[in-house]
Amino acid sequence: MTEEIIIAGFGGQGVLSMGKILAYSGIMQDQEVAWMPSYGPEMRGGTANVTVILSDARISSPVLTRYDTAIILNQQSMDKFENAVKPGGMLLYDPNGITRPPARDDIAIYKIEATRLAAEAGNPKSFNMIVLGAFLKVKPIVILDNVEKGLAKSLPARHHHLIPVNIEAIQSGMNHVEKS
Amino acid sequence: MKGNEVIAEAAIRCGCDGYFGYPITPQSEIMETLMAREPWKETGMVVLQAESEIAAINMVYGAAACGKKAMTSSSSPGLSLKQEGLTYLAGAELPCLVVDVARGGPGLGTIQPAQSDYFQATRGGGHGDYHLLVLAPASVQEMNDFVALGFELAFKYRNPVMILADGVIGQMMEKVRLDDRVPRWSDEDIERISGEWALTGKKNERARHVVTSLELDSYKQEEFNHKLQAKYRRMETEDVRHEELSCDDADYIFVAYGSSARVCQKSVQLCREQGIKAGLFRPITLYPYPRLPLQALARRVKGFLAVEMSAGQMVDDVRLAVNATAPVEHFGRYGGVIPTPDEIVEALKKQIIKA
Repeated sequence: MTEEIIIAGFGGQGVLSMGKILAYSGIMQDQEVAWMPSYGPEMRGGTANVTVILSDARISSPVLTRYDTAIILNQQSMDKFENAVKPGGMLLYDPNGITRPPARDDIAIYKIEATRLAAEAGNPKSFNMIVLGAFLKVKPIVILDNVEKGLAKSLPARHHHLIPVNIEAIQSGMNHVEKS
Repeated sequence: MKGNEVIAEAAIRCGCDGYFGYPITPQSEIMETLMAREPWKETGMVVLQAESEIAAINMVYGAAACGKKAMTSSSSPGLSLKQEGLTYLAGAELPCLVVDVARGGPGLGTIQPAQSDYFQATRGGGHGDYHLLVLAPASVQEMNDFVALGFELAFKYRNPVMILADGVIGQMMEKVRLDDRVPRWSDEDIERISGEWALTGKKNERARHVVTSLELDSYKQEEFNHKLQAKYRRMETEDVRHEELSCDDADYIFVAYGSSARVCQKSVQLCREQGIKAGLFRPITLYPYPRLPLQALARRVKGFLAVEMSAGQMVDDVRLAVNATAPVEHFGRYGGVIPTPDEIVEALKKQIIKA
């Protein structure tokens, strides 16, 4: 199994940390992982993206142009990455702020209203965990136990009391993801 | 952990005595991690942000002259500033570790990854006939491994060792197995390891030690250069490292180091899916270059494609090794652009296979 994922959105949406939690969850499941962020000017406002690879085998290139999964959180990223999904792959997006929804018919497209759900839950910061939950529902490449361990590993100890809230958000994402 | 963070952790664990640096993207996490880890409380290791790159490398000179394990790190423009210090360190035969997490140039350039400092790293970089021993990590694990190895080789040869990485390897997170902690050297250890030359305070029973790169008598200076050259020949026989991937049955070989080698691993997979027998030759030491194993491959393959994030620098070493036995071409993206696995496959087809 090798899963090559791009997560792309605005800086501040928790794109990089979602990728990091997914990567740590992979480690907890004894997989090989790579996490390669965009860094530099685009991190300081504007778009942010991160490539995450989980695999049973040694990982080759951390820099890719085609992905098994694209998780897309703003229109700019949709324009950039919709066509980068491999045929038969998966595209997951939050419709909030999307003016041109994905149109490909050779990939599986899923929607998660994470912005709305996070706002309704009164916890806008849980947005990225809702998205992660939606992804893991469709592709359960890591089990929830290992995600919890991954959270513990990637969050500093002073934030460990937030782990249950994050797990709740992941479950909310799992419950609300829809195929479009 | 990120590659940069691993460099910092590995330095503490291998008993490094002092880090002297000045921040620059994409390697600032090295000093940030060291400052956050506060190793001076744990091992006594000094971590100091100098007022400039030039000050930092000269602090390394001072610490190294005392037989200490000293290191610095920077990125391309910062390394240009350190070149004077490096030639003095090489001329004074002082061991130290220098990490270059390279970015696009020339000038202030870009903060994105590049491999356009290959010539600067492998040809000496400063003035005079000297070389650094250059290690090129291609994974976060090797960022860990090459810190302890770098110090070991630096003291073996009394010569500066460079880890030449780039923004990809520095910023990427991967799984890594850290080394066990090794205590810093005691005064007795330094006496045993470097007692013949290190400045440890003159005692009555021994002659004074002089650490300098100055020699006014040209014949003596030539003799000293003979000694340096003999040292480089010894590196070329004893400490050449490389890795071959799917080369056994390969018709075509990608030659690439560092993050380009990672991208090429994917290109090898893509080629094999298309029925093209491709392999990857990855130099791990860039100086000394793995010339002989490459020469051996040249006798039985149909061509080499050197893939670099530069306009063509390492390809010179490939051509010297292959010595016209087989075709050698270069493919590069540069200025901070990373080549994609697909375009590398296309380049192989267009430039080498030509079918």
